[in-house]
Amino acid sequence: MDQIIIELISLTKKYGSFTAVDNLNLTIRKGEIFGLLGPNGAGKSTTILMMLGLTDPTSGSVKVSDINSTTNPLEVKRRVGYLPEDVGFYDNYTGLENLLYTASLNSMPLSTAKHEAEHLLEKVGLGNEKVKKAGKYSRGMRQRLGLADVLIKNPEVIILDEPTLGIDPKGVEEFLKLIVTLSREEGRTVLLSSHHLHQVQEICDRIGLFVGGRLIAEGDIQSLSQKLFSEEPFKIEAGINLSSQKGADLSEENSINHTLVNSLKAVSGVINVEPVDNVLHIGCTRDVTEEIVRTIVGSGTGITFLNKKEYGLNDIYNRYFEGVENHE
Amino acid sequence: MSNTSNNIQRIERPNRTGIFRLSGNSFAMRRYRTGERVIHPFRVIVNKEMSDQIRSWRFIILLSLIALTCLASVYTGLSGIGAKMKSADSGNPFFFLLLFTTSDGTLPPFFVFVSFLGPLLGISLGFDAINSEQSRGTLSRVLAQPIHRDYIINAKFLAALNIISVMFFSLGFLVMGAGLILTGIPPTPEEFLRVVFFILISILYVSFWLNLSILFSVRFRQPATSALAGIAIWLFFTVFYNIIVSLIARAATPSATASAQQVAGYQEMILNMLRILPSQLYSDATTTLLVPTVRSLGPLTMDQIVGTIPGPLPFGQSLLLVWPQITGLIAATILCFVLSYISFMKKEIRSR
Repeated sequence: MDQIIIELISLTKKYGSFTAVDNLNLTIRKGEIFGLLGPNGAGKSTTILMMLGLTDPTSGSVKVSDINSTTNPLEVKRRVGYLPEDVGFYDNYTGLENLLYTASLNSMPLSTAKHEAEHLLEKVGLGNEKVKKAGKYSRGMRQRLGLADVLIKNPEVIILDEPTLGIDPKGVEEFLKLIVTLSREEGRTVLLSSHHLHQVQEICDRIGLFVGGRLIAEGDIQSLSQKLFSEEPFKIEAGINLSSQKGADLSEENSINHTLVNSLKAVSGVINVEPVDNVLHIGCTRDVTEEIVRTIVGSGTGITFLNKKEYGLNDIYNRYFEGVENHE
Repeated sequence: MSNTSNNIQRIERPNRTGIFRLSGNSFAMRRYRTGERVIHPFRVIVNKEMSDQIRSWRFIILLSLIALTCLASVYTGLSGIGAKMKSADSGNPFFFLLLFTTSDGTLPPFFVFVSFLGPLLGISLGFDAINSEQSRGTLSRVLAQPIHRDYIINAKFLAALNIISVMFFSLGFLVMGAGLILTGIPPTPEEFLRVVFFILISILYVSFWLNLSILFSVRFRQPATSALAGIAIWLFFTVFYNIIVSLIARAATPSATASAQQVAGYQEMILNMLRILPSQLYSDATTTLLVPTVRSLGPLTMDQIVGTIPGPLPFGQSLLLVWPQITGLIAATILCFVLSYISFMKKEIRSR
């Protein structure tokens, strides 16, 4: 099943001098649930619009199941179900009528469409609300109706743009579970974009981190954090005082440094030691601060300060998401 | 693995609109029973737009407004005819057309009403065509379905045009029917033809305003803004433009000693300035068609009049006389449509 279903090749989109999507390469395999994560304004929606052929790329190409989205958007849209961010429905129509309209736009005969629509409404939990006007739906209900609207055309690929936006945490969990069950049942490929790493990390097979129009990393959560922090989930900064050893010349200083570095590297859990001026940057797989202090003190070097850094999901956030938003 | 079956392309039976649908989706073949009628997506959109318009409050209000106007003009027309019937005018071979053009002085006749209310009808049917879809968040959802982008704007225009046509034809024929019953005089075929063309030109006139307001609905995000823009242009054309023209006319009045050519040129200039107005084109065209005795829409020299026999023009000649006006209206309508079409096709489709 390692068939490639979505393929983006050096995709670029420029609005005037602003580059929304910058030379993006990405492949998504059939049956996968892929999360496109990034802060607001990172170019996620633009990428999705280009996949559907709703926006033309400046350069590069998009292929969905081997069909070019730019030159043949109709065939692509026949296979792809798209739930836009903050989806809207015709308020004076009932949920069922809204679904039937979508079905008829997909050239489905009315009797089949009606059967299918009622079945889907039942599935997404709107069975009792189907004769209610869509204008009276709550945000979460609208989102679920949106999912039914996407599924009624029986798509091979489902693209969801910010599906969890504006729903309460419990609703998010339910909604994501619904997406997983409904897509796994029929082996559909799902691509969803979000700026909530925490919400979607559990359901995604793979994640692409998207910042400033560029894909900076992709893979599952483990490989992602490994890649992002070069296998150093912990980082310790230690300031050492070399000048305490009076009379030591430069070469001697270096040799002391070397022995210290080597002895630090020997500590289990330490991966990398990098001396910069009077500060040692020590990367380690787990918290081994105690041993490091002991080693440094044992070597006869003075410690001026010690700073412990810990990386996790929150740091992915700080580093890539919130940082960008603050700059805006 | 199942890709091979997906890639088999099959040409389905032509549907009712005669367009072949290429289907590359094996699901479609598996699930849909053959033989069941499928409406082409474009017709689906047109049908939906029409039913949306007809059910909307704004259409009901406009319809009752125009129906009332119609009733009033039939009344004034009939009382006007009553007066004319006794006078020497009773020998007029186009007696039936008087129903549309005469009035007893209390209310303007039918065609004047239409030239006044037509823009309002056109603007109100189109001012939120595109931007309301966008602000409701339905545009991106509908465009993600396998339809061409221009289906939306074409369907919006066609649906409103259908509604206007049905409305004007039924109102026009109702007026004719009422006249027939109340006066007992049947229309001649020529009169009938003239009325039909009058209705067609009215539809054209309203569709100009419709396209203008669709253009605004593409350009402006807020429906209120686009409605206001449409009404502003309507007001400008009906009120201010005339004031401007009369100001220019006063300033450019030729002196008392000016030659006949200068005076004629001056008259021509004023007329041409007025002919920029769609409402002027419309009233020129409709008066000529409904009043067969109108022989010219501009000043005539004595040379041209000498030897003419006063009498009505045949239908073909009347039509020929207003052909420039009709062409102008068609051109303005198409121009507005093309502009809105282009800007809609280039529009960035974003959610909300």
